[in-house]
Amino acid sequence: MFAQRLASPSTFRTLPAFLMMAIVLPLLAGCGYNTIPTAEENAKAAWSEVLNQYQRRADLIPNLVETVKGYASHEKDTLDAVVEARAKATQITVTPETLKDPEAFKKFQDSQSGLTSALSRLLAVVENYPDLKANQNFLALQAQLEGTENRIAVARRDYIQAVKDYNLTLRTFPSVLWATFWFRSNQPFANFTIDEDKLQTPKVDFGTKQGG
Amino acid sequence: MAASPVAAARPAAAAPRAVGDDMTTRTISLSRPSRFTPVIRAILMALGVLFCGFTAFAAELPALTGRIVDNAGIIDDATKAALTQKLADFEKKGADQIVVATIPSLDGEEIEPYANRLFRFWKLGQAGENNGVLLLVAKNDRKMRIEVGYGLEGTLTDLHTKLIIENDMVPAFRAGDFSGGISKAVDDMVMVLEGNPEELEARGQRNPADTSTPIDPIVAVFLILWATMFFGGLAMAFLPPMFGTKLSPGVYKWLGMTFRYGRGTSGSSSGGGWTSGSSSGGGWSSGSSGSGWSSGSSSGGGFSGGGGSSGGGGSSGSW
Repeated sequence: MFAQRLASPSTFRTLPAFLMMAIVLPLLAGCGYNTIPTAEENAKAAWSEVLNQYQRRADLIPNLVETVKGYASHEKDTLDAVVEARAKATQITVTPETLKDPEAFKKFQDSQSGLTSALSRLLAVVENYPDLKANQNFLALQAQLEGTENRIAVARRDYIQAVKDYNLTLRTFPSVLWATFWFRSNQPFANFTIDEDKLQTPKVDFGTKQGG
Repeated sequence: MAASPVAAARPAAAAPRAVGDDMTTRTISLSRPSRFTPVIRAILMALGVLFCGFTAFAAELPALTGRIVDNAGIIDDATKAALTQKLADFEKKGADQIVVATIPSLDGEEIEPYANRLFRFWKLGQAGENNGVLLLVAKNDRKMRIEVGYGLEGTLTDLHTKLIIENDMVPAFRAGDFSGGISKAVDDMVMVLEGNPEELEARGQRNPADTSTPIDPIVAVFLILWATMFFGGLAMAFLPPMFGTKLSPGVYKWLGMTFRYGRGTSGSSSGGGWTSGSSSGGGWSSGSSGSGWSSGSSSGGGFSGGGGSSGGGGSSGSW
């Protein structure tokens, strides 16, 4: 009698529990366990593509410098700046494992943007040399460099999106549950920021102030 | 953001469970379904918001209506027909997909990101080969770009596209001859892509134009396993009592096996059926997210992209 009294509430308790499990378990798995690792690997892959394109740009530069030297040898300062910036940029690499470190990431970003600005100064200087601009070799390099800069832009955009997706999985429901209970060591990845000099609006000054 | 109603609703659903610890179990099991519906509703709402967002984002790009999408209206009909025919023939030969698009204006966007966005939106080229090319002309901005898919970057290099733009398109466009410039550019692109005929043939054979996507074998195995376990569990739970012979209350014999259905504490085989069915839910979710969507999106009616992508290859110019 005692056993029977125990038995009837227990079936009453286990049946809804089974039903709940049947409903909840697929839901948990469906919106859950794989989300964070998938997003993390996507972000890492996007980062590899960013590195790949930056490397491609660094590989193009020695040829470019040599070609420009042949025509504009007395633009030594600009050329040296490019060579130096390239050396600095190739020293710092961010492996997928250190993407969590905002410091290392910022260093990498700074070195690459230093190379970008050195390169754009060089290309501005080149405008003064019509012979160089007509050189077939230089034209080819310029086309490749433009293409690479654009590929870098695309790779960076993809990386920004992938990191946004990954960081979102670490902070939003329901995947935040997996992050807190299972993937505790997963940290948000650092993302690109726009350089400060590009945020400033260009100042237009026609020299009217001095006159009047 | 979209996720905040979900996050807000969750503590509300969790709170009564903590309070209800010293109440009887019955009240919890009664109150739980009503507490869960707001969560589900919030999830559905969030999904709805997400989808609205996507469609709004995609709406500003033109639709892929054919091989020549002349929204700026600068190509004459004869050229359009000739180019369509030529590009269709070319795709039949080597499966490379070239699309010409003209738009009136970029609305302030740079042409490079726009072209990349459009290329990826249209999914030009085949999924495995990424062998698509997009020739984009923005009439009012006086800019053009040849965007090359990942797979053709080695054949139709940045320099090729630059030369095609500078030598074919810019002079003709400056003279106002859009049709002539575009058809010359297409001729030259086809010539470059045909330049290595063996490679062209190989691309065509690796990926025949017929894009009937077969089901991923892993997904198929998963689905079969899941179906076996789930429906097997169901069958174990329901069929013996219906078709088997009753030995004693809760014990049935069916197909030479004895099934015990416990009331109370005795370990029951029906319980085993249920849990095995539900614990393979992971198989269900990975199966449904695997092939259904992608194959649905890549096989459109009429002319469509094959799922290719671009990483920003090619070059741009202006006239």
